[in-house]
Amino acid sequence: MHFISNLTNILATQVQQLGFFKKVVTIIKDYYPNILEGIANTLLIALIGTVIGLLIGVLTGLIRTIPLSKNPVVKCIQKIVNVIISIYVEIFRGTPMMVQSMVIFWGFAGLTGGNTLPVIPAGIIIVSINTGAYMAEIVRGGIISIDKGQFEGAHSLGMNHAQTMFNVIIPQMFRNILPSVSNEFVINVKDTSVLNVIGVYELYKIGDIIIKGNFWMFETYLVICVIYFILTFTITRILRLIEKKLAGNENYVICGSQSNPDAEIKVGGTN
Amino acid sequence: MEKIIELINLKKSFGDHEVLRDINLTLNRGEIVSVIGSSGSGKSTMLRCINLLEEPTSGEILFNGENIQSKSFNLCSYRAKVCMVFQQFNLFNNMTALENCVRPQMVVLKKDRQSATQFAIEQLEKVGMSAFINAKPNQLSGGQKQRVAIARALCMQPEVILFDEPTSALDPEMVGEVLEVMKSLAKTGLTMMVVTHEMAFARDISTRVIFMDEGLIAEENTPQEFFTNPQKERTKEFLARFLEN
Ligand SMILES: Nc1ncnc2c1ncn2[C@@H]1O[C@H](COP(=O)(O)OP(=O)(O)O)[C@@H](O)[C@H]1O
Ligand SMILES: [Mg+2]
Repeated sequence: MHFISNLTNILATQVQQLGFFKKVVTIIKDYYPNILEGIANTLLIALIGTVIGLLIGVLTGLIRTIPLSKNPVVKCIQKIVNVIISIYVEIFRGTPMMVQSMVIFWGFAGLTGGNTLPVIPAGIIIVSINTGAYMAEIVRGGIISIDKGQFEGAHSLGMNHAQTMFNVIIPQMFRNILPSVSNEFVINVKDTSVLNVIGVYELYKIGDIIIKGNFWMFETYLVICVIYFILTFTITRILRLIEKKLAGNENYVICGSQSNPDAEIKVGGTN
Repeated sequence: MEKIIELINLKKSFGDHEVLRDINLTLNRGEIVSVIGSSGSGKSTMLRCINLLEEPTSGEILFNGENIQSKSFNLCSYRAKVCMVFQQFNLFNNMTALENCVRPQMVVLKKDRQSATQFAIEQLEKVGMSAFINAKPNQLSGGQKQRVAIARALCMQPEVILFDEPTSALDPEMVGEVLEVMKSLAKTGLTMMVVTHEMAFARDISTRVIFMDEGLIAEENTPQEFFTNPQKERTKEFLARFLEN
């Protein structure tokens, strides 16, 4: 009892001594190397996790949209693979990432007789698998929302399924899913915070460490919160800009001219 | 006359719905065949079966005497020789007009970019679209899109082009420009099968007219005979209804 009242006294005087802004400045000044490490880890895991998740999504999306073969054996294999992908998607979308982290991290430790994965690669794996489940659905949606006429146009000229996908469908799919992919990245920047449960030094975990030293719960988490916001806000703006760039030029140049039929026809924009 | 495509007892059902009931038809080299008939009579389905966008339920389709459904038949190179032009154009939205014409040549015919581009520009010139090679499909009018789609088909150097109502999705003032292109193609000796509601085109350009009714070929004749002296009641009714409009 005595100890606790002593502690509250100390805290009370500290609060009087140090104003809000002073505390914030102190937190940043004292802990900026840790905060920078947290930011770096958060961005690293979110970025790599989103990219690998997207690759998983594209791969599963492509597999799931292959037309069923006429060969019964191949058809059976295709169906089994599709069911496995569906199960993966359902499980990882239907459970919290925090719990997935623990299951994967400690499951690995259990299976290998106590070896734990290094936490950052473990975090990347967890975020990738989790994001992959969402991306699988996003990519599939991005493919099946493309007009059937695009497939038929390609097939009618003699392109096979793979040629149609790579030349016509996937470029349009990427454009369709870009906003959702950006969104997933921003979500991942925030959701890497759950990886503190396996001990990753991401931004939230850094906050956790800071308060153990200064006991300024509110100010510390507020600083962390603002940093998260600055990160997501900046990333959102940058991705918007990229989306706009990729949406392409709305104008085109008319080549040659009708009044001068001999005008040379310039070939451009073939990429 | 040299046969290119033969349909023998062709049938196609969607579930219980028998859309093509027994089609027998021969397409000879250099012919311009117009296919007319009321909506739902199976015209598109027949064309799509020929291009194998739809799998026939039974019957045979022969291309230069070869069964196109046999295992050893190369479907992709067949489709390049028997291309299709659609009512909705189906241009690739992610490519410019030029690239729409270049890419299929590179992918299917394995041409290099330079020669494919050269040939594509020639075809786009034929349809009067060489000024718009850098435009994306969504920047073109319907008539312009359809002309690019025709150029894209020509780029495959096909033996046959199948047209499925190529002018039906167009505003009236754009129908003419597409029909002009098709007329000029007809003069080159290209074999064409055209599903159309343009009776003037069927009468003046085609070498044969086919009237489809409820999944059957109800009447088949030269354009002169077909329009001046139709044999079947259904044909007369159909033509009468058309003349009213
Ligand atoms: N993919 C499909 N599934 C089910 N029914 C279809 C399909 N395609 C066409 N049909 C039906 O087949 C009939 C003939 O269609 P279609 O060949 O498009 O006629 P047309 O081109 O002469 O207007 C129509 O009744 C249509 O509803
Ligand atoms: Mg039709």
